[in-house]
Amino acid sequence: MNATELALRQEALDSERETVSEVPATNYESYARQVRRKFMRHKLAVWGLATTVLLIAIGLLAPWLAPYHPNEITDDFSASPSAQYWLGTDQVGRDVLSRLLYGTRVSLLIGFTTVALYVLFGTFVGMIAGYYGKWIDMLLMRITDIFLSFPYMLVALVIVSVLGASLWTIIIVLALFKWPGIAMLVRGMVLSLKKADYVRAGVALGYRTPRILLRHILPGASGAIIVNATFGVASTILSEAGLSFLGMGVKSPQASLGNMLHDAQSLTVLTEQQWLWLPAGFIILLTVLAFNFVGDGLRDALDGR
Amino acid sequence: MGELLKVERLQIAFRGDQGETISVEDVSFAIQPGETMAIVGESGCGKSVTSLAIMGLLGASGSIKRGYISFLDTNLTAASEQQLRKMRGSQVSMIFQEPMTSLNPVMPIGRQIEEALRLHLKSSRKEARQSAIDMLRKVGIPRPETIAKAYPHMLSGGMRQRVMIAIALICQPKLLIADEPTTALDVTIQAQIIELMQTLQAENGTAILLVTHDLGVVAAMADHVAVMYAGQIVEAADVYTLFRSPRHPYTQGLMNSIPRLDAISGGRAPAIPGQVPSLHEMPTGCRFHPRCPYAEASCRELQPELMETGDRHRVRCWLTETSEADQIAVHRDTRQKVAL
Repeated sequence: MNATELALRQEALDSERETVSEVPATNYESYARQVRRKFMRHKLAVWGLATTVLLIAIGLLAPWLAPYHPNEITDDFSASPSAQYWLGTDQVGRDVLSRLLYGTRVSLLIGFTTVALYVLFGTFVGMIAGYYGKWIDMLLMRITDIFLSFPYMLVALVIVSVLGASLWTIIIVLALFKWPGIAMLVRGMVLSLKKADYVRAGVALGYRTPRILLRHILPGASGAIIVNATFGVASTILSEAGLSFLGMGVKSPQASLGNMLHDAQSLTVLTEQQWLWLPAGFIILLTVLAFNFVGDGLRDALDGR
Repeated sequence: MGELLKVERLQIAFRGDQGETISVEDVSFAIQPGETMAIVGESGCGKSVTSLAIMGLLGASGSIKRGYISFLDTNLTAASEQQLRKMRGSQVSMIFQEPMTSLNPVMPIGRQIEEALRLHLKSSRKEARQSAIDMLRKVGIPRPETIAKAYPHMLSGGMRQRVMIAIALICQPKLLIADEPTTALDVTIQAQIIELMQTLQAENGTAILLVTHDLGVVAAMADHVAVMYAGQIVEAADVYTLFRSPRHPYTQGLMNSIPRLDAISGGRAPAIPGQVPSLHEMPTGCRFHPRCPYAEASCRELQPELMETGDRHRVRCWLTETSEADQIAVHRDTRQKVAL
């Protein structure tokens, strides 16, 4: 190698250095920013997020916002909306607005807790199955298949009637039937991610399996998991409403959005006392829509780079 | 001090749909500390498989059937998974062909360099961060403090390969396995990366096992070369001997097929006729005989051994050095012995 060649190489090296230094500094905190920017472009998602935040605030602040105790029975039963009871009272004389606020609180609590439980469990199962493969994968996936093949509403009804309805029974029953979806999703992601060069590079660097799973594979799947969990909150709230509507959910006198609808099973309430079920139905609709829009927005924002 | 790495009569098989396939057969070589050894060959000749075997990364379907690999006098074929894991990244590390996908896309590159260091050398977070930045500077990354916070997709291919090198060398391994380190890069960047690897090698005394099909890279980097064909080493020699006087017809064919600047314009680059045999249908005798211009009847029947013909020069061919009478005699002897 002669001097000219060396000089040429040095020049090439310098020119590459220059290109890199032209990268604007603002790019460096980009991922979070990029996600926010993409999410903000999604008008409905922004609306959904605002509504979600509002609903969560209502849920958290219910004890301070509610004008009455939700279970307090007054003499004014089935009173129509008035200045005293903004949304009227139900058949045993409880303030509908207070129950609505508390109901939102309970429904959201169920939604979030259930999702947290089953996402953790499903992700764990999916990662193990996808990464280890072979008979472990076979076994875990057949178990998920079994869970998926139950008509879950019926089994849920049976379990709840055996164990007795309570907040925790419902959370556990709902989680029990919702983890297979996320387990299969995560398994699929792990199956493709474990073949990625950077995961193989991690193995070649001597990293232990848990480190590879948690630090190198899981972050790659986290976008899909978050999106799935967001949709999961909406669907869990709907399921809870369904169970409660059938009388197998949250037990009276505790209010939930679903068991407020329970009252609408009577024809007189349905046709003549709309204040008893319209607000609860509306809040359910609003919650489910809001979470689904947020999910949509997140899916677009987290998808790829 | 003896060899850093010694591979002896290695045979590797893979289980597949069509039963067992032998992909590497009777491969032996050694690497001295600080030396660069290159394995050259076409795709599928077993060169990458050999390097993965050294790392103990053949996966579930591959296994070492025969032979052994010893590294620093430890027999790696008998080592436990835990021993191998401790060795990977600290004693032996690897850079891959694809710098675009070999870095974790959701982790800043500085953290990825720190990770190996904290794991193997148990450095504190602060020390690791400082070493990572120093290493980035060493591999020629400008403004390392800032770039350490960058994600891989913000860097060019050359930059990423520099980062890969930084990760691979941060624990100062004794052996670096570079599997096609420059194949995915632009030619100008290739030269820089080669130069960088040589500089770091000189600084740390790291031995390099270079796996490539690019004879240009071999000429630029290697001290010693092994040419592989269809799962076997067909010729091994120091780089000067190999390029100046290749003895195996396959090596000669390879050298002839390199496009030359001084070739007559308009002519076609000479190619080796025929195709690499499939692993399932290995020809009997010498594996190269169907494509060999000098093949004789005996080549079809008897498989030649890798024979020492000079100082660390080994050739797997019956016709080696036909001009030297005494050598022929020696070969006839061996041939007869094998025949018996």
